[in-house]
Amino acid sequence: MAKVKTLDDLRKMKDELKSRISLRENSDNPESLVQVKVSMATCGIASGAKEIMNYFIEEFDSQNIDAVVTQTGCMGYCYAEPTIEVTLPGEKPLVFGNVTFSKASEIIEKYIKEGELVDGIIPDNYETIE
Amino acid sequence: MAKYKSHILVCGGTGCRASLGEEIVQNLITALEENNLEQEIQVVRTGCFGFCEKGPVVKMVPDNTFYVQVTPEDANELVLEHVVKGRKVERLLYLDPETKERVSDSKHMGFYKKQIRIALRNCGFINPENIDEYIARDGYSALGKVLVEMTPEDAIKCIKDSGLRGRGGGGFPTGLKWEFTRKAQSSQKYVVCNADEGDPGAFMDRSILEGDPHTVLEAMAICGYCIGADAGLIYIRAEYPLAIQRLKIAIDQARQYGVLGQDIFGTGFNFDVEIRYGAGAFVCGEETALIHSMEGLRGEPTVKPPFPAERGYKDKPTNVNNVETFANIPPIILKGGEWFAAIGTPKSTGTKVFALAGKVNNVGLIEVPMGITLREVIFDIGGGIKGGKKFKAVQTGGPSGGCLTDKHLDIPIDYENLLACGSMMGSGGMIVMDEDDCMVSVAKFYLDFTVEESCGKCAPCRIGNKRLHEMLDKITLGKADEDELTKLRNLANVIKDTSLCGLGQTSPNPVLSTMDNFSDEYLAHVRDGKCPAGQCKALMHYVIDSHLCVGCTLCGRVCPVDAISGEKKTPHAIDSTICIKCGACLEKCKFGAISVQ
Amino acid sequence: MEIVKLTIDDKPVVVEKGTTLLEAAKTIGINIPTLCYMKLEDLNFENKPGGCRICVVEVEGRRNLAPACKTECSEGMVVHSHTVRVVNARRTVMELILSDHPAECLTCAKSGECELQTLAQNLGIREIHYKGEQSRYKGDKSPAIIREMDKCIMCRRCETACNDVQTVGVLSAINRGFEAVVAPAFEMDLDHSVCTYCGQCVAVCPTGALTERDYTWKVIEALVDPNKTVVVQTAPAVRAALGESFGMEPGTLVTGKMVAALRKLGFDYVFDTDFAADLTIMEEGAEILDRLSKHINGDKDVKLPILTSCCPGWVNFLEHHFPEMKDIPSTAKSPQQMFGAIAKSYLAKELDIKRENMVVVSVMPCLAKKYECTREEFSVGGDPDVNMSISTRELAQLIRNANIDFNKLTDEDFDNPLGSSTGASVIFGTTGGVIEAAVRTAYEQFTKLELKKVDFEELRGMEGIRQATIDFNGLPINIGIAHGLGNARKLLEDIKAGKSVFHAIEIMACPGGCIGGGGQPYHHGDVEILKKRQRAIYREDAGKPIRKSHENPYIIKLYEEFLGKPLSDKSHELLHTHYFDKKKRVEIS
Repeated sequence: MAKVKTLDDLRKMKDELKSRISLRENSDNPESLVQVKVSMATCGIASGAKEIMNYFIEEFDSQNIDAVVTQTGCMGYCYAEPTIEVTLPGEKPLVFGNVTFSKASEIIEKYIKEGELVDGIIPDNYETIE
Repeated sequence: MAKYKSHILVCGGTGCRASLGEEIVQNLITALEENNLEQEIQVVRTGCFGFCEKGPVVKMVPDNTFYVQVTPEDANELVLEHVVKGRKVERLLYLDPETKERVSDSKHMGFYKKQIRIALRNCGFINPENIDEYIARDGYSALGKVLVEMTPEDAIKCIKDSGLRGRGGGGFPTGLKWEFTRKAQSSQKYVVCNADEGDPGAFMDRSILEGDPHTVLEAMAICGYCIGADAGLIYIRAEYPLAIQRLKIAIDQARQYGVLGQDIFGTGFNFDVEIRYGAGAFVCGEETALIHSMEGLRGEPTVKPPFPAERGYKDKPTNVNNVETFANIPPIILKGGEWFAAIGTPKSTGTKVFALAGKVNNVGLIEVPMGITLREVIFDIGGGIKGGKKFKAVQTGGPSGGCLTDKHLDIPIDYENLLACGSMMGSGGMIVMDEDDCMVSVAKFYLDFTVEESCGKCAPCRIGNKRLHEMLDKITLGKADEDELTKLRNLANVIKDTSLCGLGQTSPNPVLSTMDNFSDEYLAHVRDGKCPAGQCKALMHYVIDSHLCVGCTLCGRVCPVDAISGEKKTPHAIDSTICIKCGACLEKCKFGAISVQ
Repeated sequence: MEIVKLTIDDKPVVVEKGTTLLEAAKTIGINIPTLCYMKLEDLNFENKPGGCRICVVEVEGRRNLAPACKTECSEGMVVHSHTVRVVNARRTVMELILSDHPAECLTCAKSGECELQTLAQNLGIREIHYKGEQSRYKGDKSPAIIREMDKCIMCRRCETACNDVQTVGVLSAINRGFEAVVAPAFEMDLDHSVCTYCGQCVAVCPTGALTERDYTWKVIEALVDPNKTVVVQTAPAVRAALGESFGMEPGTLVTGKMVAALRKLGFDYVFDTDFAADLTIMEEGAEILDRLSKHINGDKDVKLPILTSCCPGWVNFLEHHFPEMKDIPSTAKSPQQMFGAIAKSYLAKELDIKRENMVVVSVMPCLAKKYECTREEFSVGGDPDVNMSISTRELAQLIRNANIDFNKLTDEDFDNPLGSSTGASVIFGTTGGVIEAAVRTAYEQFTKLELKKVDFEELRGMEGIRQATIDFNGLPINIGIAHGLGNARKLLEDIKAGKSVFHAIEIMACPGGCIGGGGQPYHHGDVEILKKRQRAIYREDAGKPIRKSHENPYIIKLYEEFLGKPLSDKSHELLHTHYFDKKKRVEIS
């Protein structure tokens, strides 16, 4: 177990440890973060939703993007699984269907990081999935 | 290290543990293992969430789903439904009593809406038995900042600027206290943490120690640096085993990490903390009594001056602060005194933790900005009075405080305002009463406590409180006349005026405040022989309305003491000299002929 | 010296910093009433817990009333000691205290001497408005002290005496709130505790909670028994204090009147413990010389310093607290017991009466003496050498009871042979006296020179621990003196640590020695009374024709006719004792 010998030691340690609870920190104020909800019903799971969810979590982590990835129930778009809902801070949520790894990468690079719309949006008149 | 996708926070406070919190944890872990999810989902035992009314509490992160009143049997469903399928378990969500809707995110609950958590910032958030989680939340950064970047004077100034006042009841400015102890000349000084929480119903200190023990250790070390002490003592009542256990773990970890011990942060500053156990005497919350108890002497107060800042533990200058006070220190150091001073009111800055109890819908521990009104606390946070009854009074400050009424509901809560209303901040107990509560009995209840807890050293407290209690008893038994009220008031005032320590000086407050605010109720007892709230058994009479009684004899047959007589088919009567007021007849009567008067 | 100016009851007062309001008020003629407060200047006794709240006063700018005994004066303070608020508070608190006190004044042992009673009268309490349940505690009757804790007002003076002054540590507050009371741990009886029966708790108790075990009725029974020859002995300190019980100025010597009163009471023989004190010096002095010469001759086993053994409270303290040192004190019995042993052997033979038909009564300033005469080693076949010991106060009670107008009595002399004494024995009654008496004899016997000046001023005084070096014709002898068991403890710790420089040490359990004994008329906190008694003792000494014990003609005769010489076999049989290990070892399982 590391001994804290200087204030710098502590700061370094804090930076390393931060990720352990960032999930909790972020969940407390998701409005200010990128929120990704992955539809995780049987249809979603069968289409690889779980892997997609893991992909998002790992990408956000490695790219240091403050985001909250949660799972949700069936969104009703069984034909387009895996489906995800992405909410950027201050924006309306958007639902993307048929999210593959490359689509996911595109969503992160273009929509989440740059705010550019990408293909695959399922237009609807819902407010949110809750 | 495994990267968890989700955390399940389970309240590990004493209250929720008593409601099988630990079994919930175990069952959750088993369920996760059965579904091969133990690498993805972390189960964390945290400190208290505060919403004890609805405990045990389980919170799902990151989607912030707040499950209430969870049982060990629910664990499997939570894993299968929430975790695996991503579906919220509706029946375990909080039901808003007003809108009758289920609320999943605690932020949208009335109970949490108006809260600002500073002292409780880590409670219900981190695992209190893991120093890493504390460090990840800026833990020990304040100590580092103070030791490396600030002089003791700077740090004391920061505390003074914050306007922080003692949260244990007295409300003495913390920075000033530190300054006094700093100025005292001595080669040995002590920092003492007063964790002898004794107010009935108050448990904020316990919650902090259980939920975030490191914050207290860090603050004590900061205090040690400021006043020139290298030794800290935590005086905690032995009835807090969980808090003690977590403190011990925290002290061990802090020593291993080198944030307690020798040469902390390489600055040459030494500080270590020891735990001292109290036997659970209320008076030992008084700082001189506390010090005597730690010295192995009888826990009773001595006249101040000398103050502990001059002559305290082992006759050395000693700074005594309460747990909640300490818990505010690290954030103040990190964010600055001005930040803290901007919260609350000009003279009572920051937040205060209250233990909300009694006849409110949402019982629990809350942290609110100073200056909030009682109305907001009771009706917005507390969710109003249980069972739709009428609000009658709220007792603040525990046995040292007073009862406030609806006319006080919109007064901003701060030290001065509560004192002016005849109550006090105290350690933050807040007990809400409704129309069914008899205020004489309430005063008697508190006196019962003070009589038990007086140390017996000074005559007015030792004998006076006993007499107050006896007089209140007489009133509730209908054996007192109006003169008794005059005597009662005089005695209460003399006890306040002459007692040696804070216990006796405040113990008559429940009597005086109820006499002031509910004089009619006292008069009804002594003048009319009636208890308006219908609580004082001795003043109740069961009577049979002869017009309604058909003479069915049912009441006579259930009466356990044969107090009811009457011929069949003729109206019956109750002999009040025999009646023990058990109410059995009232329950049995099918004709509504029996009533209480 | 820092000066503080303040106003009390509109009068300006200037006092030294650190002065309490109570003391400051006194300087301008304002006597703020007190109850728990007691301070014995020079005797390390200060009891001001601030507990009774009787002395409360109003200090402008202060939220609540302040206890005058505990509040220090500060610059510009404006104090009111007699406002309506103060008087009402004081009376109410007094009524509270009285409401929890048995109203048994008529039959209480303390009636007339009770400070609670006096205060109630001074405050003019005629009615108690706050009545209720009274606290009840277990009673405790030891051979020396009776505890009736229903009468305790929690002033804590006894606790201060037992802990701070005597360091015996038996008494402390137990229980909480209304049930709080001062008692030995676990409310055990004094008998089972390490109580030394010094009686200092009784000496300071304001009420009848702590009193002596009263043997006056047993004395009367003996006096009216035609088959008994009743012999009385009176300790030196009694004559210097008994007069106080009859309204005389403290320090008045009433030796002659006391003898006359004892005869009127019907004692067959009125003797003097002083005679036995001279005898003690003969034995103890011989022991000192014996150990000294062995020490000078290089005997490594000899125990020095030698400790005096006259004081039964001190002996109890040794047996309970320092049993490992039980072979250090002189083996000489106390004068009371030497008297008893000689009376029931030598005198009984002289008077030709059977031992069992003789009753020896002692009048002592002491309560531990009551216990001492019950010690098994001080009896023969179940018959104690001293049958009973009564205190100075009990003697006063007997005299009043017998309708004797004490003040009008004509002086009478003690009977002989056991009534003759020297100045050396009289001073046994004060701290420093025993060792001075011993020095007077030891000096002459050791140096074979005549002592020109018998007054050793360097051994006198009231300081808790004193020391002096006496020149034994070229040989410096280091003398230590301690009175009060707390002071004794310090010297004993030194001996234990091998740091003691003394050849001989005198120890008396009570502050001031026997003049301040637990059986003396109550001083009510006036330490001047003790000092006046002390001066009286030295006056009596100065007025005696013979001032050295070995010159007492009846002592010389006793050795010639009966004992042989000091430390003889007969002496050892009758006049010496040994000590026991009575350490209480608490087993914690």
